[in-house]
Amino acid sequence: MNGKVAFKRPDSLTAKEFTYCPGCLHGVAHRLVAEVLDELKLTGQTIMVAPVGCSVFAYEFFDVDGTVAPHGRATAVATGIKRSLPDRVVFTYQGDGDLAAIGTAETIHTANRGEKITTIFINNAIYGMTGGQMAPTSLVGMKTTTSPYGRNADSEGYPIHVCELLQNLNGVAYLERVSLLTPKDIIAAKKGIKKAFTAQARGLGYSLIEIVSTCPTNWGLSPVESLEWAKQKMLPEFPLKVFIDKVGDVK
Amino acid sequence: MADKTLLKGTEAMAEAALRAGCQVYFGYPITPQSELIEYMAKRMPEIGRTFLQAESEVAAVNMIYGAACTGTRVMTSTSSPGFSLMMEGVSYIAGAVLPAVFINVVRGGPGLGDIQPAQSDYFQGTKGGGHGDYRLIVLSPATIQEAVNMMFDAFDLADRYLNPVLIIADGLLGQMMEPVELPDFLMPDRMPNHDSWALRGKGTRKKHSVTSFDLDPLKLEEMNLANFEKYRKIQQKEVRYEEYLMDDAEVAFVAYGTMGRILKTTIRMAREAGIKAGMIRPITLWPFPEKPIQEAAKKVKMVMSVEMSMGQMVEDVRLAVSGKVPTPFYGRTGGVVPTPTEVFEALKREWEAIV
Repeated sequence: MNGKVAFKRPDSLTAKEFTYCPGCLHGVAHRLVAEVLDELKLTGQTIMVAPVGCSVFAYEFFDVDGTVAPHGRATAVATGIKRSLPDRVVFTYQGDGDLAAIGTAETIHTANRGEKITTIFINNAIYGMTGGQMAPTSLVGMKTTTSPYGRNADSEGYPIHVCELLQNLNGVAYLERVSLLTPKDIIAAKKGIKKAFTAQARGLGYSLIEIVSTCPTNWGLSPVESLEWAKQKMLPEFPLKVFIDKVGDVK
Repeated sequence: MADKTLLKGTEAMAEAALRAGCQVYFGYPITPQSELIEYMAKRMPEIGRTFLQAESEVAAVNMIYGAACTGTRVMTSTSSPGFSLMMEGVSYIAGAVLPAVFINVVRGGPGLGDIQPAQSDYFQGTKGGGHGDYRLIVLSPATIQEAVNMMFDAFDLADRYLNPVLIIADGLLGQMMEPVELPDFLMPDRMPNHDSWALRGKGTRKKHSVTSFDLDPLKLEEMNLANFEKYRKIQQKEVRYEEYLMDDAEVAFVAYGTMGRILKTTIRMAREAGIKAGMIRPITLWPFPEKPIQEAAKKVKMVMSVEMSMGQMVEDVRLAVSGKVPTPFYGRTGGVVPTPTEVFEALKREWEAIV
């Protein structure tokens, strides 16, 4: 046999099966991060901080040292790790409720300090694990279990645009909003993730990749319908864009 | 013998912590312990250690959690409202079985309270404060020298038992100055390495995970039982207290920290007036020195608790005494420090009621 491996599980993922719902894009996002860690040869020196939310078990799926932060506090925990071991690579993986509601202060101040860590931010406009409640990024009019009549801007305000908020902070070295809605988007997302980790490895500052994602289960749509809904509703609200790039070209 | 230096309590504790091997400090300013964080900000960069002012106590305690995950000696200091904010993180640190040291320079409460010395955070420190089944090792110094020595003990206990250790001080101890002898810097080889579990990047070994959760109730129960086995050992081995003039005592005072110090004057006044008073001063508030108090209750006519609170430790004293003798309480609250004379007057009233 002279077989050639065309596709395999990245070394930075464990053999543990994902616990995510059918059609959920966490698995794709995990794989992209793992591929980047493999390619940059960072696996052995990486420490990850999983959040509270659907990806609370992410530390089991990645084959790297890891912990779970209290809800919203992932970047503070990551700061503690990075400041103790400045030569290690540290990343957080957080959802919209975690990062942009309960953890807003930590998010802004970690970015503002230029903490040399990377954040993978999954924005699917809803709380997944707790069962589909309104998120800070929920769209106006969006029905969730805690906005059953649709998010009303008068009383619940507007979706928070995390990248647009962070782009004015000098400590940020790489900031991009990507999506996983088409194969082309997935390829672009991986490039962004690679740049984010490169920013950290080069000590340039804080890096964050916002990933526009879906939640078929709590949106009440099929996986395919979810992709379509995200394209039509999410992307106009959260346009894909490189906000900050202090890295330059990366191979 | 090393020379003595005149130092303020907060600064002495800070310098002692660095000599005890504290590598990383995260904190947020709050009165009456801001001199401690300021000392760290100035001193730590001088000796190659890491200082960071967090955006809140909530962030600070989670930075502590992160640093503790790497097995690095880490601490913070705060005062009552700040420690309340840290409760979530403290629960996680205890649940994840991590070493860390906290100093709470207690001030008057509840709420915003005031900035005067108090002992009204005893319940919070010794009975939980955060959610879930856990214990902190809680130490309380009565002098600045004791606080200095206690910093070494605190880091050692945290590392030995992989448990958060809390030092409860108060504004009086933090703000006064005393001559102290500072121990030498601890050599790195005296510090534990934590290689078997710390998060430092897996390199060529198997990956490490540090968490405080398990969705399977039977497994979470196992985690809690393992923790409580550890707590049982701590109760057996680590009780610390001072006995003062207890040999012939007819009245045993129980008081800790600043109050324990003030009572030594009251005890002298009592003895001059013919009341043979002594004191058991808990140095570990948890584990609580239950046995010496039980033993004392067999010999004395009264066990009297005195606190700068409405009466919190007194509940543990009453549990230990179990109704064998009267257990009166005297306290002042809101940041008022009782004088030796007013405690003496309170003692006389209680004493006359039983003799």
